[in-house]
Amino acid sequence: MRIYAYLVAVFVLLVGAFGIVRSRNLIHAVVCLSVSQAGTYILLLAIGYQKNATPPVFGSPPPKPTKSITDPLVQAMTLTDIVVSATVTALLLAIAVQVSKRHGTVDPNELAALRG
Amino acid sequence: MSRNARLAMFGLAGAGAAVMFVVAVIAMPHFGATHHPYRDAALPAAVRHATANVVSSVNFDLRAFDTLGEETILLASVIGVAVLLRPAEDETERQPLGRGRTLELTRLMGYVFLPVTVMIGFITVAHGALTPGGGFQGGVVLGTGIHLLYVAGSYRALERVRPERALEGGEALGAGAFACFGVAGAFAAAAFLGNLLPLGTFGDLFSSGSVLLLSTAVGVEVASGVIVLLAQFLRQALQVREETQE
Repeated sequence: MRIYAYLVAVFVLLVGAFGIVRSRNLIHAVVCLSVSQAGTYILLLAIGYQKNATPPVFGSPPPKPTKSITDPLVQAMTLTDIVVSATVTALLLAIAVQVSKRHGTVDPNELAALRG
Repeated sequence: MSRNARLAMFGLAGAGAAVMFVVAVIAMPHFGATHHPYRDAALPAAVRHATANVVSSVNFDLRAFDTLGEETILLASVIGVAVLLRPAEDETERQPLGRGRTLELTRLMGYVFLPVTVMIGFITVAHGALTPGGGFQGGVVLGTGIHLLYVAGSYRALERVRPERALEGGEALGAGAFACFGVAGAFAAAAFLGNLLPLGTFGDLFSSGSVLLLSTAVGVEVASGVIVLLAQFLRQALQVREETQE
């Protein structure tokens, strides 16, 4: 249980990468990249987790200094990670549309040469 | 490279990466342990600036400079998609055909949830400093929520309520406002992105100083950005046709 969550993160990361390597469709490859990035969300959130802790959002009045709150920094970084993932996905999908128009295929194995 | 060679190479590299990663995580603090130095630093900082949602405090106060970079990435990606998906020389834009077939139930639920979703988007942006949410999350809810009109109604209905030109401006305005608040902070608080507003009472709607301003700027940018982005893909799917050569 000590490192179980971290291992899940590695597994998801590598499964996504494996999907990209054996992909026969660019759209499928883009989705695999998103899966791969989901592994990094799991890693970040697992680092910030603490057993029996409350989320880092308070009501009023301000909380007393306490040690039983999950780490807000990695949660904020996960948000950054998700935004970057969304922008990358959008750009790659637009490129996939262009590739399909110019080359008439979305199979990366058939894209041998560069074309203007 | 042949497919099998590529798979073999990935097998080797993937196994190596997995082994190194496992070695690394064994030495890490245990999952669920109590040692969180960044939390211990971030919590007092958030309470000092009267920000109830510490995640927003990290994003728009402690690491606001990183968020400036993050929203610039978003702006760049929207511009990139718009450039990549503009109609080429041998393509024409057509008016899409009328509405497709939609289930009655889909239309009903779409129209019921359209106002609810848009309102939740506004609430999420406005309460970013208090409850889970903020400019990025609320902006995405707003930007995608309006597309219920396309799901439930028709593309033309969506086009009528989606002022694309104004939204392109809104996107730039949100990104620019963030940078301007940063420069203003440099004059008012002697640091780029320093606090501009009175901090208010912890837990009030108008508390947390600049967090509210920056979160709203990001909300405007993300909502406009998402709509402009989806507009490019929708136009590509529904309106752009290659000219048939005869």
